[in-house]
Amino acid sequence: MAATLVPPRARTGTLPRRRPLLGLAVGAGVLAAALALSLAIGGRPTSLAELLHALFTPDGSVADLAIRELRWPRTVNGLVVGACLGVAGCLSQGHTRNAVADPGLLGIYPGAALAVVGGSLVFGGAGTTTYAQAALAFCGAVVACAVVFAVGSATRHGVTPVTLVLAGAAVSALAGGFVSLIVLSSDAALDTLRFWQLGSVAVRGGLVPQMLPFVAVGLALAAANIGPLNALALGEDTARSLGVSVARARFLGLASLALLAACAVTLAGPIAFAGLLVPHMVRGLVGADYRWQLPGCALLGASLLLLADTAGRVIARPGELPVGVVLAVLGAPFFVHLARRRRLVTL
Amino acid sequence: MKSTEETTPILAAEGLSLGFDGRTVVHSLDLAFERGTVTTVIGPNGCGKSTLLRGLGRLLRPEAGRVTLDGAQIAAMPPRAVACRLSVLPQTPQAPAGLTVGELVARGRHPRQRWYQQFTGGDERAVSDALAATDISDLAGVPLEDLSGGQRQRAWISMTLAQETELLLLDEPTTYLDLAHQVEVLELVQRLNRELGRTVVMVLHDISLAARYSDRIVAMRDGRIVASGTPGEVITPRLLWDVFGLKAQVIAEPTDGRPHVVPIGGCRVVRAVS
Repeated sequence: MAATLVPPRARTGTLPRRRPLLGLAVGAGVLAAALALSLAIGGRPTSLAELLHALFTPDGSVADLAIRELRWPRTVNGLVVGACLGVAGCLSQGHTRNAVADPGLLGIYPGAALAVVGGSLVFGGAGTTTYAQAALAFCGAVVACAVVFAVGSATRHGVTPVTLVLAGAAVSALAGGFVSLIVLSSDAALDTLRFWQLGSVAVRGGLVPQMLPFVAVGLALAAANIGPLNALALGEDTARSLGVSVARARFLGLASLALLAACAVTLAGPIAFAGLLVPHMVRGLVGADYRWQLPGCALLGASLLLLADTAGRVIARPGELPVGVVLAVLGAPFFVHLARRRRLVTL
Repeated sequence: MKSTEETTPILAAEGLSLGFDGRTVVHSLDLAFERGTVTTVIGPNGCGKSTLLRGLGRLLRPEAGRVTLDGAQIAAMPPRAVACRLSVLPQTPQAPAGLTVGELVARGRHPRQRWYQQFTGGDERAVSDALAATDISDLAGVPLEDLSGGQRQRAWISMTLAQETELLLLDEPTTYLDLAHQVEVLELVQRLNRELGRTVVMVLHDISLAARYSDRIVAMRDGRIVASGTPGEVITPRLLWDVFGLKAQVIAEPTDGRPHVVPIGGCRVVRAVS
């Protein structure tokens, strides 16, 4: 039947595919460079020969040790945290259709901070060890997300982006208030908070293996969310018409976002701007399709975090700036650029 | 009573009540759509015609009653299975910045894709057929925001075509278009119906255009059906007064004799009472 209507035509340019692939290739190249720089640049300069020696034929020299014991875990941590933040940022902007949404949307940072600070108050010194703090931060972040989701979906229409953002703001403010209250009344808690709040990938690199299962589940959920997210980008009605179960797609997407952001906050503390910046950069590279955007965000998120971390080591020699500070300083001008753009981004 | 495939309407509403925000907008309505027909729902603003279309397209859960697709209750079917047989074009669909026509139309394939099977040759063919049917093959690489209103509407209709469903529900497909573009879109709908055998249910504001391009007209007021039948049966001066509060003459159109509305003026705008 279709034959009567459809004239024989050359099927050219139906699906432009070359540009996104090129974008992903660029992202992979940048990541490779960022990895090399992160391993090569440190407190003491390292030559390429030394780097290759440490990676492939280590014999326990000082340079080998510096690279394998210090920079390798830190680099792996930066890679994981950056990928988590990039994908979480992509999911948060995609599900809210809001160009300034970031993984902090679900109250993750204040939730984790409250758990960490509260833990130090309740358990004393035992609550401030690396493992205890990681467990507290992860639980705090997940609980905050769960509360935000529960409050945000307790409306007649179920969970909508607007109710979520509102619930997130409320839970963030509440948790932040409690953090202030605890910190005001306890010097030990204040010290814990000050230490924890510096977003840094240097300290908790050893926790990566423990967090990897959560990261893997988060990334798998995100990958399964790509199709529904592409449909939801055309509006909820169109998505339903395309057979998407909107409530389920939102729940799975937000669960993935929560897991990934909780992993990032556990491994590096609160890092602002990465989850916000990366999706914007990736959209410019690969276009509006989440099949390309999501992997692109993982690649560029990891690259951005590694480059910022490396820059922090170079800028303040012989000391170093935490990656969170570097990103905040880099992120603010980018935000101004976004605001000044003539055509506002619609998602 | 069991009926054969011939007599079962492709889409039907039985005792269907619809509403939102705690307000019932459509009141226990019975309606059936025959296979291979174009049906247009007309009525004043706020009469519930868009709500009815959303309910028929299972975008809105019924408060009471049910919608059936070939006799099977739509609410009990898996969403993807419904999406393979019925597509809905909402009134004001949204698209992200930078989305190209080709990418948009390809998203119509979503119900037939799985995570392990992203884009097959069949998908590719369906997309290029849909682009060709709406005559926008050459625009595949162009971002949606660079198109004219008429082209954009054709791109959206093309997306619903790529879904390859026998039923198309279109909510005011001609909104914001000038008369030439409205006719262009409706000619397209007519071709889809006549040449591809699609069953179409749509909402339109222009009664004369509705009369010209539809097999059946359903006139609604205050969430209830006032009249339904062929354009000639339904569109009368009496009905226009009853439904729209519009004083008008109905003349036979010179080309095919279908009813054409000539407003006289002295309107009494009917407001929906909730």
